[in-house]
Amino acid sequence: MLTAADLAGNAGAGDDPDPFGRFGEFGGRFVPEALVPALDEVAAQYAKAKSDPEFLREFDHLLRTYAGRPTILTEVPRFAKEAGGARIILKREDLTHTGAHKINNVLGQALLTKRMGKTRVIAETGAGQHGVATATACALLGLDCVIYMGEVDCERQALNVARMKLLGAEVVPVANGSRTLKDAINEAFRDWVTNVDHTYYLFGTAAGPHPFPEIVRDFARIIGVEARRQVLELVGRLPDAVTACVGGGSNAIGIFHAFVGDKDVALYGFEAGGHGLESGEHALTLTAGTIGVLHGSRTFVLQDDEGQTIESHSISAGLDYPGVGPEHAWLKETGRATYRGVTDAEAMEAFALLARTEGIIPAIESSHALAGTIKLGRELGPEAVILVNLSGRGDKDMGTAMKYFNL
Amino acid sequence: MTTLASVFEKARAENRAALVGYLPAGFPTKEGAIAAATAMVEAGCDVIEIGLPYSDPLMDGPTIQDAVHRSLLNGTRIADVMHTVEGVAKTGAATLVMTYWNPVYIYGAERFARDLASAGGVGTITPDLIPEEAGPWCAASAAAGIDTVFLVAPSSPDERIASVVECCTGFLYAASLMGITGARESVGSAAEGLVKRSRAHTSIPVCVGLGVGTGAQAAEVAAYADGVIVGSAFIRRLLDAPDEATGLAAVRELATELAAGVRSR
Ligand SMILES: Cc1ncc(COP(=O)(O)O)c(C=O)c1O
Repeated sequence: MLTAADLAGNAGAGDDPDPFGRFGEFGGRFVPEALVPALDEVAAQYAKAKSDPEFLREFDHLLRTYAGRPTILTEVPRFAKEAGGARIILKREDLTHTGAHKINNVLGQALLTKRMGKTRVIAETGAGQHGVATATACALLGLDCVIYMGEVDCERQALNVARMKLLGAEVVPVANGSRTLKDAINEAFRDWVTNVDHTYYLFGTAAGPHPFPEIVRDFARIIGVEARRQVLELVGRLPDAVTACVGGGSNAIGIFHAFVGDKDVALYGFEAGGHGLESGEHALTLTAGTIGVLHGSRTFVLQDDEGQTIESHSISAGLDYPGVGPEHAWLKETGRATYRGVTDAEAMEAFALLARTEGIIPAIESSHALAGTIKLGRELGPEAVILVNLSGRGDKDMGTAMKYFNL
Repeated sequence: MTTLASVFEKARAENRAALVGYLPAGFPTKEGAIAAATAMVEAGCDVIEIGLPYSDPLMDGPTIQDAVHRSLLNGTRIADVMHTVEGVAKTGAATLVMTYWNPVYIYGAERFARDLASAGGVGTITPDLIPEEAGPWCAASAAAGIDTVFLVAPSSPDERIASVVECCTGFLYAASLMGITGARESVGSAAEGLVKRSRAHTSIPVCVGLGVGTGAQAAEVAAYADGVIVGSAFIRRLLDAPDEATGLAAVRELATELAAGVRSR
């Protein structure tokens, strides 16, 4: 059974935000005053829920009987040959119901929605995985569901648009700005401020205004809690490194968090390098961005010298975002985690490699973690044990893959 | 330089509400924005808010998004915003900048406040800055001698109103409804109650914005508020006009209608 400590970690361990939602200088709330009561209500409900045995039982039940938890570990020796022979172990979030780690957070927040008595759920989505997970939870719990998705993403993740529609959600294509995740978030906030009395904004990543970074982290935290136990059992010791891809940061913080206190475990987040740093077409928020405010949070942002957001680029819709969650900004500043870039080409190579060597087709997002892990494995050598968050499966990416590889 | 205090004093003496008009800098063009704001002042606007165009205006509806997008495509920079403020302040209207927080944060709060004051600006409205995060901006503004206007909304409980007015100088911006900017068929029914609740916490003027676009609506709001704020309706006139001269005439006409509205208490 999921415990309060599994959900929220060790209170007082120093890795929770302050009452204003700040992780060091990062986070906080930069939102219209109109939304503050709603955010306060979400925070208060979550504070009650996280130590309520009834809530823990409900969440645990859904994770086990619906999402398919615990997810397994898979060691990938044939793939690892490319990675300097290090032991590489995948945490298989791709095997969850709906096919990505997003379902964990969504089920938690959907239960909160119910507790708050809201009847309508809105969400943004990039790759469509968060949208699919949200539409799924809404179908399960009988909630109205509206998903905002950039036009560019609707096209490259068309399969997921169809899935959401089949699940009964309304999908609203967003045609402003870069027509990707950033603009979908803007549009979702506009909806929320208009309909906040009966609507819950089910935020999809560990970013945004307080309390979302903390709530999303906690609901994704189960990934690392399970994996830490499982690796100890499998290997007899903790891994040398834990790796994940970073878009807004939910799958990464989800697997990192249980290891933050393990000082000998290195944490690596891999961002989307797009066409490379020099090209200017990338989503290297932590690697190449500067501190600013985007979507309600002070964090690293891709922006120009006057604070205008610069459009990101990535072959992967889920990583194509010019901001990042504040806790990652803090883990970077404190040096606890290291963030690096992986280009489109490197990610696609790793995507194909895992398919050919291990019979697993990963999401292109997760392929960034795999590509980064290949390099890291070569650096750490054959004695190293590396735990990778395989955040999702690649079915949704077959259109992109067909084009990329001429399949 | 005309201060906000003097504007509201004058309006009160004339037993009317003040008229506040919004326009983004750089729209329809750099000089066109000054010309449009000047027309608005000549036709009766007491206060002008110059919008600082931002890439992610999440409090704004389609009309302002469109104008701001065009302004950014025109290459509008913060120096242009200051230039616009300078031009508009010369008309004798109290001139504010309405801006999301990030551009100010990146420009540097002290520097922004100082440059705005030197341009003749009298303050800012910051729609995504709440009291918990406003400390540095309030300090910088006080040091530069400019006002800080913050928002309350129908959803704001009394405790929130109390903390928002703590940081407000100049006036309090009461959002008439839950939502984003844009002209509406009717002004939110919650506005009057919000103004009443706000007055229990402050003696500074309370202005109402969001959704106001006609003389009749201005009159309705002027019955209970100290000021009436109109943005999208002006922009709509400029967006719909086939050329700048027609747009200016339409803006002037709307300002005249609104100015009559705020006088029909
Ligand atoms: C499979 C998968 N991995 C990763 C991400 C990136 O999001 P985050 O950084 O929040 O984990 C997404 C987002 O859509 C995703 O679908």
